[in-house]
Amino acid sequence: MPKKINWKNIRNYGSLLALIALMIFLGIASDRFFSARNLTNILRQASVVGIMGVGMTFVILTGGIDLSVGSTLALSGCVGAWLMKGGMDWPLALILSLLLGAFLGFTNGFFIVSLNIPPFIATLGMMGVSRGFTYILTNGAPIYGFAEGYRNLGNADIFSIPIPAIIMLLLYLVYFILQNRTKFGRFAISIGANEEAAFLSGIPIKKYLLLFYMNLGLLAALSGNVMAARLDAAMPTAAQGYELDVIAAVVIGGTSLSGGQGTVIGTLIGALIMAVVRNGLNLLLVSTYWQQVIIGFIVIGAVAFDVLNKKIKN
Amino acid sequence: MENDFLIQINGVNKTFPGVKALSDVDFTLKKGEVHSLLGENGAGKSTLIKIISGAYSKDSGDIKFSGKSVNFSSPRDSIEKGVAVIYQELDLVPTLSVANNIFLNREPKKGFIFQNRAIIKNAREILKKLDTNIDPFKKVKTLSVADQQMVTIAKALSQNVKILIMDEPTAVLGPEETKKLFNIVKQLKKQGIGIIFISHRLEEIYQIADRVTVLRDGEKVITTDVKNKNDPDIRQIIKWMVGRELTKQFPPKKNEIGETLLEVKNLTKKGVIEDVSFNLHKGEILGIAGLIGAGRTELARIIFGADAHDSGSIKFENKEINFRHPTKAIRSGFGFITEDRKNTGLFLILPVKNNITIANIESIIHSGIISLKQEKKKSLDLSESLNLKPLNVDITTRSLSGGNQQKVVVAKWLFTQAKLLIFDEPTRGIDVGTKYEIYKLMHELSSKGIGIIMISSELPEILGISDRVMVMRKGKIMKKLTTKNTDQEEILYYAAGGGEKSA
Repeated sequence: MPKKINWKNIRNYGSLLALIALMIFLGIASDRFFSARNLTNILRQASVVGIMGVGMTFVILTGGIDLSVGSTLALSGCVGAWLMKGGMDWPLALILSLLLGAFLGFTNGFFIVSLNIPPFIATLGMMGVSRGFTYILTNGAPIYGFAEGYRNLGNADIFSIPIPAIIMLLLYLVYFILQNRTKFGRFAISIGANEEAAFLSGIPIKKYLLLFYMNLGLLAALSGNVMAARLDAAMPTAAQGYELDVIAAVVIGGTSLSGGQGTVIGTLIGALIMAVVRNGLNLLLVSTYWQQVIIGFIVIGAVAFDVLNKKIKN
Repeated sequence: MENDFLIQINGVNKTFPGVKALSDVDFTLKKGEVHSLLGENGAGKSTLIKIISGAYSKDSGDIKFSGKSVNFSSPRDSIEKGVAVIYQELDLVPTLSVANNIFLNREPKKGFIFQNRAIIKNAREILKKLDTNIDPFKKVKTLSVADQQMVTIAKALSQNVKILIMDEPTAVLGPEETKKLFNIVKQLKKQGIGIIFISHRLEEIYQIADRVTVLRDGEKVITTDVKNKNDPDIRQIIKWMVGRELTKQFPPKKNEIGETLLEVKNLTKKGVIEDVSFNLHKGEILGIAGLIGAGRTELARIIFGADAHDSGSIKFENKEINFRHPTKAIRSGFGFITEDRKNTGLFLILPVKNNITIANIESIIHSGIISLKQEKKKSLDLSESLNLKPLNVDITTRSLSGGNQQKVVVAKWLFTQAKLLIFDEPTRGIDVGTKYEIYKLMHELSSKGIGIIMISSELPEILGISDRVMVMRKGKIMKKLTTKNTDQEEILYYAAGGGEKSA
């Protein structure tokens, strides 16, 4: 394999370097940062955004966006919990919950592909719809107390690595191959680079767009179950505003919001950066109110970097 | 005498990092003349234009406007001196009216309020001068490309233009519209406006240009008067442009016409095409001529499965087909080289190899996994056979020249092993040297038995390349001609509606 440094790589190195610099800074600023407990905590925190981020990467690669992921997470998580509370075995409840996530993603895709509604609006609408159903189902109260097998999904460790982190890393391995070596990734990037050319090259665009949104819905549901398992409670308010974190992770990882360019590995780094930033702000005792402000600016900064970068290249 | 010159450029130099774009170039423009600027892509035409219009600043040399030395630092300076440039991509606001576009940012107003009546009245006067009947109330996006160009010219005229630079204005026009444009150019000449005219269609200079300057590799080769069709001879001009002898504009034919490949019968789509029937044989090049908007591209899209049709039938290799999506067409062996490479043909931000393999990616997928090794090797082989420059399939397609981008599109359909290729304006925006290569390639493909449908607005190209010509007008086929028994006049006659049955 010839080693070549091109712009895309430099951009990935950029976010990797930012992650390392951030960790060194926090290591100096707080002696608790590099403790094993804190590092596994970061991995656990990164997994919820990370799992959704890998699905979001493909949606953004096509030039789309999904604002409903936080709501999909909450509804799927609560439906799974509700089924378990109703006496269903947890593995079956988990599978049904994942299928619900895929269905919600399919609904997004259907609105976008068949009714030609812009992704921003279709998924903004679904964000409200799913969150509303979550409150209707739960009456606004959390559902808690699950079987041990289910709770392990969020809490147990294997070789002292949290299971959520293992799930996330395995997913990234699978999606790395899907992106670089299969039609799944090739078509996503082609649709985002030039939709009309993709159509005239014989790519079944509608089918694949549906697939990408379904895939993201499924992964959001998986995140919802990981989160519910960790907390031993499914919250109707879970993951409110998480769409921002997920999109931030993808963009910080170097995926262009205009589509056609980006990598899943970049998103993994982006998700880790988001988790490290949140963790660092907690360690430095920054209030959660200020955390929102800072995360918001990070997203704007990352997009500004992407836009500038494009300008330079043109 | 001195004042007859609108522009005098002496020994201008311009260097970009790593490239000498212009070296010691002289150029003059007189009042009331059309001065044609010729050269291959990358010869320095655009750089010279941008220096005249103030978009670039010169490194050294002298530029005089009406006898006075000037040093422009921005396009604003040149606009004040009466320079207007009409680019290929027309810079109009599609959602505004014609009149508002003409006076954009110069609207007559009282206080903050635009005087709409004055805007319309002035627009009407200018359009009348141009002898067009474009409605000043109409939104620009509803106009044809030719009319939009007219609006751009009207906009230039409304600013008291003295020097009009037209960058390939005829590239998007059909023969009839080109004729109309040339009449307007002649009218502008009479008003003493100097016009710099850039075109890749060399035969046009005999219709319009008084003088011609040829650039090659950033240097001026010659400036000479255009006396008649033999002086300077078109072959001589090409020689100046490419620096070597191109004995022929079109390569010799060597194709053999075989059995019927495609049979189109009574194909109709309401308001688009009507009752279109024709055959295409293996190894044949069928030209489709016609004006812009004659339904040629629409016909191609229907055959390719990109758009639906209402009635009629298509037979391919004696089998009835009805593609609902390009996927099916591609699998059956159809390829479509679209007229707008950048917007509908290529993935500019992706590497060359991705562009070549995308339409037949299945062939390099083994148990679900794309073989990157095969992708690279196969795309490199194809690129080499097409003489792609630079020969590197890892770079983004954006970084290639127009002609090489076109080769990438062709390579994509060679990779699908297409049996039928539709070329829509195959040489638009491509320079003479590369044009010849594309033509040669088309002949090679046809000699291998591939059937080719070529849509072109360039009549010399239709006559030079195709075996038969089909003339379309308003979605209907007006006439089918054998190329060797026809000429430009006859094709134009049918394209413009001659021989139409009166209703």
